[in-house]
Amino acid sequence: MSDHDYQPSSKLGKWFNDRLPLLTLSNHLKEYPTPKNLNYWWTFGGILTFCLITQIVTGVILGMHYIAHADLAFESVEHIMRDVNYGWLIRYVHANGASMFFLAVYIHIFRALYYGSYKSPREVIWIIGMIIYFLMMATAFMGYVLPWGQMSFWGATVITNLFSAIPFVGESITNWMWGGYAVDNPTLTRFFSLHYLLPFLILGLVILHIWALHVPGNNNPIGIDLKKPSKDTVPFHPYIVIKDLFALLLFLIVFAFFVFYSPNILGHADNYIEANPLVTPAHIVPEWYLLPFYAILRSIPDKLFGVIAMFASIFVLVILPWLDTSKVRSAIFRPIYKQFYWFLVADVIILGYMGAMPAEGTYLLIARVATGYYFIHFLIILPFLGFKEKTLEVPLSITEPVLGGFPNEAATKDTSNIRKNL
Amino acid sequence: MSESDNKKPNRRDFIVTATTAAGAVGVGVAAWPLIDQMNPDASVKALASTEVDISEVQPGQSITVLWRGKPVFIKRRTKEEIDSARAVDLKDLKHPEKDEDRAKNPEWLVMLGVCTHLGCVPLTDKGDYNAWFCPCHGSHYDTSGRIRKGPAPTNLEVPKYVFVDSKTIKIG
Repeated sequence: MSDHDYQPSSKLGKWFNDRLPLLTLSNHLKEYPTPKNLNYWWTFGGILTFCLITQIVTGVILGMHYIAHADLAFESVEHIMRDVNYGWLIRYVHANGASMFFLAVYIHIFRALYYGSYKSPREVIWIIGMIIYFLMMATAFMGYVLPWGQMSFWGATVITNLFSAIPFVGESITNWMWGGYAVDNPTLTRFFSLHYLLPFLILGLVILHIWALHVPGNNNPIGIDLKKPSKDTVPFHPYIVIKDLFALLLFLIVFAFFVFYSPNILGHADNYIEANPLVTPAHIVPEWYLLPFYAILRSIPDKLFGVIAMFASIFVLVILPWLDTSKVRSAIFRPIYKQFYWFLVADVIILGYMGAMPAEGTYLLIARVATGYYFIHFLIILPFLGFKEKTLEVPLSITEPVLGGFPNEAATKDTSNIRKNL
Repeated sequence: MSESDNKKPNRRDFIVTATTAAGAVGVGVAAWPLIDQMNPDASVKALASTEVDISEVQPGQSITVLWRGKPVFIKRRTKEEIDSARAVDLKDLKHPEKDEDRAKNPEWLVMLGVCTHLGCVPLTDKGDYNAWFCPCHGSHYDTSGRIRKGPAPTNLEVPKYVFVDSKTIKIG
């Protein structure tokens, strides 16, 4: 990389850059060598950045009109919907924006799973990503509580009660989180405060996520190490910028569809009833993006172990780089892994569906099998597969399959290492 | 620096250790107010007890009152409900408790209307025991509010309460 050679053309630029090298940074981002075979599944990083900014901007605006008080919150949300200029639009963008954010993050995560982007040397990028994902869930959960509808209140009750499963100190912890003996006004005001704070922590982690990405550079569909810059790379600007913007445009069509044509389809009608601590809705369901975890929680017949299983389902993702023992990154060259990958996708979708259904009879049985398979995939299949699977031949460079021969062999860092993987 | 490797701790080591320890204690003390402010405050604790008029409740009826932000069920049980609760063998219970210990006055059952699984409010006169049933994750309670089936780990909690007179119960 030519970062350190960069010199601003203007005298003022040079003066400033010597004191704070922001221009060097922007030059690095512009010239950043990117694999030229990145497909559209790689555009979701940019889309996610857009989602985060959208949530922060709309959220700060909503915070100007919303009142965090148990007696006033519900009304203030209706006030935003009916009285505030374009309030309906800003709130619908924020509410559906959360769903769009999760849609994009799930695609982003499953892309990483398919192409092995979590493997060495990108473990830290992956772990930061998982922390971001976890904070996103916490933020979304607390945001859902703020309108103080029935689903808000009872969702908050159920989720905070998860912590009462902790032996000995469970009750003290839940009382501490509530600021009382049940979910009430103190709970609402602290959730508002934290819901405002966490997105900025996420923003900080996103910067670290991108920083960590720029150390080894992007993974790519064939999952090989590239020499950068080389014939296998293109500069980030304009090639990737334009492609990301085009993908964002397509994504915005979906986003706009939800906001303008079915703004409430992803929500729950019960949340338009004000919170009532005496009546639990007949059927409590979390937002769609939390359903697979909810299904895992309910599939275990023991309270404490149900909670442990739910958190473990996220934790296995964190340690995934060490569970997957295969040296070959991309599923393109892993015929068996490719099949198990799609089993996992189906398994998570089934779990999500079961999370929305009542936990009884056949539904419960299917949820239990799917929960079992989820853990088997990560804890047994992946470690075992790395040793047993016969992988296909991995090309030495992106250009090699097209141009023939090994034109880039001399350019790759360590050919002996690559040959070993063939 | 082979000289410092096997040297005895000197005065500087002492200062470093003592300063670090004092600093750690200081950070802990300074953090406590920041953590403790989230615990139930004085105004929440002030609402610790509630008096309830029960003179209008007929046998078989149940009322729900709010105590410390939580629903409390006050059920005036019928003869059959008391008998079925007392006839249960303790060995059949996940959380063995005698009905006699749960309802001091057998006619009146007072307990928190908070499912011990994840805190939903169970529905009255529903479920396999025609008593309480939690719609959230399917816990069934019997006519003594004891867990019989489903994910809840313990019986519905009986709060502290006293009969102030024949028609008033004080909870808390």
